[in-house]
Amino acid sequence: MAEVGLQVGIILGYVAVALAIGVVAYRLTERSAEDYYLASRTLGTVVLLFTTFATLLSAFTFFAGPNISYGAGPEWILVMGLMDGVIFAILWYVLGYKQWLVGKANGYVTLGEMLGDRFGSVGLRVLVAAISIFWLFPYVMLQQQGAGTAIEALTGGVVPYWAGAGGITLFMIAYVALSGMRGVAWTDTLQGAFMLVMVWVAFVWVASAAGGVGSATATLGDVEGNFLALGGGLYTPQYVLSTAVSIAFGITMFPQVNQRFFVAESKAVIKRTLPLWPVLVLLLFVPAFMLGAWAKGLGIQAGPQENVLPLLLAEYTPAWFAALVVAGAMAAMMSSSDSMLLSGSSYFTRDLYRPLVEEATEQREAFLGRVGVAVFATLSFVASLFQPATLLEIGDTAFGGFAQLALPVGVALYWPKTTRWGMYAGVGGSQLFYLASVFLAVVPRSYLGGWSSSVVGMVAGLVVTVGVSLVTSASAEEDASVCATGAD
Amino acid sequence: MRCVSERIRLIGWSIAAVVLAALSVPWFLWGTDTVAVGLPVWVWWHVGWLCLTAVVLRVFTRTAWGLGVEGVGGDG
Repeated sequence: MAEVGLQVGIILGYVAVALAIGVVAYRLTERSAEDYYLASRTLGTVVLLFTTFATLLSAFTFFAGPNISYGAGPEWILVMGLMDGVIFAILWYVLGYKQWLVGKANGYVTLGEMLGDRFGSVGLRVLVAAISIFWLFPYVMLQQQGAGTAIEALTGGVVPYWAGAGGITLFMIAYVALSGMRGVAWTDTLQGAFMLVMVWVAFVWVASAAGGVGSATATLGDVEGNFLALGGGLYTPQYVLSTAVSIAFGITMFPQVNQRFFVAESKAVIKRTLPLWPVLVLLLFVPAFMLGAWAKGLGIQAGPQENVLPLLLAEYTPAWFAALVVAGAMAAMMSSSDSMLLSGSSYFTRDLYRPLVEEATEQREAFLGRVGVAVFATLSFVASLFQPATLLEIGDTAFGGFAQLALPVGVALYWPKTTRWGMYAGVGGSQLFYLASVFLAVVPRSYLGGWSSSVVGMVAGLVVTVGVSLVTSASAEEDASVCATGAD
Repeated sequence: MRCVSERIRLIGWSIAAVVLAALSVPWFLWGTDTVAVGLPVWVWWHVGWLCLTAVVLRVFTRTAWGLGVEGVGGDG
């Protein structure tokens, strides 16, 4: 029991620090929507890097990622490196920097707002926001589910699942509603740094307990399927490429990441962040996924519903340290969810409520944004009580869904001849195809020897957007100059 | 003239981007299970390649920032 008290104490202490940061941020927050959602576009290099990074990580780093490495080998290191370290870094420039320029010139807060303005279409704006919220919702639910499961496992059932997930939800509502983007970005910075430190301490600790990195790795050769060899089992070249491409493009359209394209203080900030991506990805995921693989070699027994990393730590490190790492995982979930709540709420108020219900003032919108956070979080919490599918399946589906948006948006940003009908067809068509592949048995999820329906849908969306734009002409309300960004 | 050299630079950097992405997974080591200094060699390749990527990106931000993005799209 004393151990459970200590573990709960560590998590509560952690939460208290995050909340204190939220309060400080709140005192600096102006009562306007742009400040609430985007911190008035003033984030510096370190905060922007860490808030985007911490937002991307989520529970995957500590739970689902090591679980896959445990089950199939550490090749996810390569998937993650290609995805977040290389492709996302390139997209950070190609889509992110472009969106930053366009957003700064025209004062946009959301993706839907930008596209709606470019194509003179409230319908397109509403469509993009609705698609985004559709995919975002299950993903927030997934984070709450992860938090509830982790706390229940950590405390040996003393804190039941619903209480853990509910507590985390209440806490997030409190500090997101309070502090907005500034508070979220600051706590993300704390959480990101904390996670990095934790994963390395865990890596060194387990390695030394197992007789060194070499001995821990050597155990992988005896595992069924030989985890030392590149490829095999789950990992085919098609799987590695499909997963990395689909998720990397998906990330850019996730509302909480896409909105971060708008928040940099200056061009210099975006510039400095770019080369740091591959380095951060290596620093975090190599140790995290090696730990998952080692757990297999070291004979840790994890059931299909169990997370392997806490089990490994319980075996090789003291209880207080395992609690700290679970707190780190909690941090990961919260730093993803808080940003998702904030951006989900901004999509709702700006792209759905304002155009469809009433044209709210800035102050009223900031208030509505806070209400939106509470409603969104409560609904996803209720959904998490019913736990429909497994963590990874939902996450994977959501990334694929967002990936469908990326290429039409890229075309709209760079190609002046893109038309509204091209966008409707490309965005709508690829979404319908992807949804069908996920939910209908007659539409396959895999094509041409292992390419995922997400990648196939992306290519189809690109072709349709360009094709339909070529055969339709722009209507009078469309304004291609919105996306023109002059050299300076 | 400026336009032509812009275009060549854009093509060059695009190729660099594709190569960086394409070789971050060491396809030529598929099936290899050699271990060096505690980790499989393919992990080391990946670590080295991503460090190289960071350096290339840094050079890009220093010498070619804005290429292909500023002054493109819309009417331009």
